[in-house]
Formats: sequence, structure tokens, C-alpha cells
Amino acid sequence: MSGNNIDGIIAIIEKYRGQPGSLIHALVEIQHENHWLPREVMHQVADALEVPFAQVMQIASFYKAFSLTPKGRHEVHVCTGMTCHLRGAAKLQAKVEELTGLRDGETDAENKFTFETGACLGSCSIGPELIVDGKHYGRMTPEKVEAVLKQYE
Amino acid sequence: MSEIVLKIDDKEVKVAAGTTVLQAAQQAGIYIPTLCHHEKLEAFGGCRLCIVEVESRGWTSYVVSCLYPVAKDIIVRTRSEKVDKIRKVLVEELMAHAPDAPELVKLAEVYGADRNRFERKESFCVVCGLCVRYCDEVKHLNAVGFIDNGAEREISFIPEVAKDVCWECQECFALCPTSYAQAAYLLTEALAFPGQRKAAVRAAKVPVATQRIIPIKPVAATT
Ligand code: SF4
Ligand code: FES
Ligand code: FES
Repeated sequence: MSGNNIDGIIAIIEKYRGQPGSLIHALVEIQHENHWLPREVMHQVADALEVPFAQVMQIASFYKAFSLTPKGRHEVHVCTGMTCHLRGAAKLQAKVEELTGLRDGETDAENKFTFETGACLGSCSIGPELIVDGKHYGRMTPEKVEAVLKQYE
Repeated sequence: MSEIVLKIDDKEVKVAAGTTVLQAAQQAGIYIPTLCHHEKLEAFGGCRLCIVEVESRGWTSYVVSCLYPVAKDIIVRTRSEKVDKIRKVLVEELMAHAPDAPELVKLAEVYGADRNRFERKESFCVVCGLCVRYCDEVKHLNAVGFIDNGAEREISFIPEVAKDVCWECQECFALCPTSYAQAAYLLTEALAFPGQRKAAVRAAKVPVATQRIIPIKPVAATT
């Protein structure tokens, strides 16, 4: 489990030990802490909360908020909603893909970036937009992308 | 416990409060088609085939009888033009997954369903959940579970659990209307723990002739 925040995860699991009803809370917190849910962690959650592993899998795969594959330290989103699309999101996406070498949904080997597209991220007026770790960069152009991504390590 | 009188297909039926319409019909010997229902399991309401027409105080509605509790003076019709039509489409949708499942073939005949109406789906699981619920509620093993949601929902054997318990049980294989449970198990075995079972048999020196083979459900001839 290298690269995972083991102490943080253990603390969360311990907090909910023996409370099957808190399964979703535990998973949400682990997802938040660690950005994804490794299989071994889900096994530990199952054991500690006394729920079958199959149920942990069911919940973890049901909600899109949980990731079952590793996520990078920084989450990069390009909005592909209709407004952003009309304002040139496709070119923006192509540029991000070129710079990071990632396609939609992928994470690089160094776990630096995870790239995802999303439809209408709620800021049509400043589209097309690029969002990194929740920070919105509006009126984005392919030329400006590199400078934005450079700020993240 | 208070008793409730209702009418199902012109027959007066008296059952205990809290009974579902499906149970009431079954007690009265009236047949309602079901796919995801199993008497040992909690009602699931997944397949919708048990839909019936209910008339209550002049209002007609369509309800899933395996979940719908009986109420005083309701009139239930287990077949009507609309009910039949709904069942026909449901069967057609299920047949996009499993066109040769014996139960579906029979239902298709009754309701005039066209097995080729919808484009074939990749998986022949109809997500009735019988395997998952049986493994959970009756066996308490949870070797098989649901993953994903909506139209993508599937069943999946958990290799870590399945490798120790499934071969000895196999009870869900016979429950599955499409034989997918068995196929899914064998695929999981092939991918996650191939050869383990054979090695165990060899170690135990069981003669090949007495080894258990998978009881394949006879597929009703499609005439
Ligand atoms: S594998 Fe069979 S029993 Fe299990 S959900 Fe699918 S169709 Fe139902
Ligand atoms: S379409 Fe991009 S924010 Fe609405
Ligand atoms: S038997 Fe009622 S929904 Fe399947």
C-alpha cells in the first residue's frame, strides 16, 4: 500500500469499528483522505465494521464518488458541458491530454495528476473551464494550460 | 391479527394484514408470474413481472405484487390487456440478455413476446439478484455481490470468499434463471484461482468418477 496514507486510514477504520451502519461514512472519509479505495483497505473496513466484503464492494462501486483505482495528488477536470463545448472545450481537452499524456479517467504513473472530464461544472459564464483540485480557471485557452498545470507538483 | 378481505380475479380472498398481494394470490391458488421472487428471501421487486392491476376506491393503478401489501376491499386483476402488455415488454427486455432462459421462453409464449425485439446485451445476467440475496440471506456467506449501478449493474463473485466456499455449495447455480451465476463463478475461478480445486481433489486422491460435477439445469426444449 505504498503511497497511501496508512495512519489516516487506520484512524478512520478504528473510529467506526463495530458499526456496520457507518459503512458509507467510513468509505467517504477514506476516499477523502486517500483519494481512492484500495482493495486491502476495503477488506479491513469489512472486517472492522463487521459487514461482508461483498457489501463494501457494492457500496463502493455504486457511488461515483468512490474511486476503486488510484487517483493522483491533483485532480484535473475539463468541463465538456454544452456551453464549454461551444466555447472550445474540445481543444482545451486535447491540450491537457497532450501535456499530461492522460486520457479521460487516467492517472499517471507518478500519481501526480488524474484527468477527468465532466459535464457542466456549473460555471458556464466563465467557460471553457479547467478545474484543478477544485480551483476554477475560467476563460481557459489551450495556450494558457501549461502555465496553470506547472503550478502543481 | 386482523384479517383482510380483498378480491383477486373475481375470487374473494381472506388473508392476514401485512400479507403481500402475491402471497395472497398464491394462498388462493392464483398464479402470478415471478422471476426474482423466492419464498425464503426478502421481497426484492427487481424483475417487475409480478405487476398486477389494483382497483381501489375507483382508482386503477399498477403495482408490483411481491411488494404491495393487501388492503381492504381492493380489487386485484392479475391479467388485463395492459398488464399483459407490460409483461410482454418486460420479457422482451429480459430476453435481450437471456433469449434462451427456459422461464423466459415460457413467458414469451404466454405474452407473445418477441425475443429479438431489443438489441442483444453482452451479459446474460438479468440481475434478478437471487444468487446475491440467497448467498447473503440464507447462507450468510456473501460470496457473490452486486457491483456498479443502474444499467451497468452486474453480479460478481468475490474471489477471496468464493475460492473457499462456492464449490462446496453451488446452491445459487440452480436458482439462477439464466445459468449466468455458474458461468460467472467458473470465470472467476479461471481468472483468480485456477487449478486450486483440481489440486485439492488430487491431494485428497478422490477417484475421478466420484468427483462432483456441476449440476447443469436442464434447458427446456425450445419448441
Ligand atoms: S447471475 Fe443469475 S441469479 Fe444471479 S442475478 Fe444474474 S440472473 Fe439472477
Ligand atoms: S458547460 Fe461548462 S460549466 Fe456549464
Ligand atoms: S417477483 Fe415481484 S418484482 Fe420480481
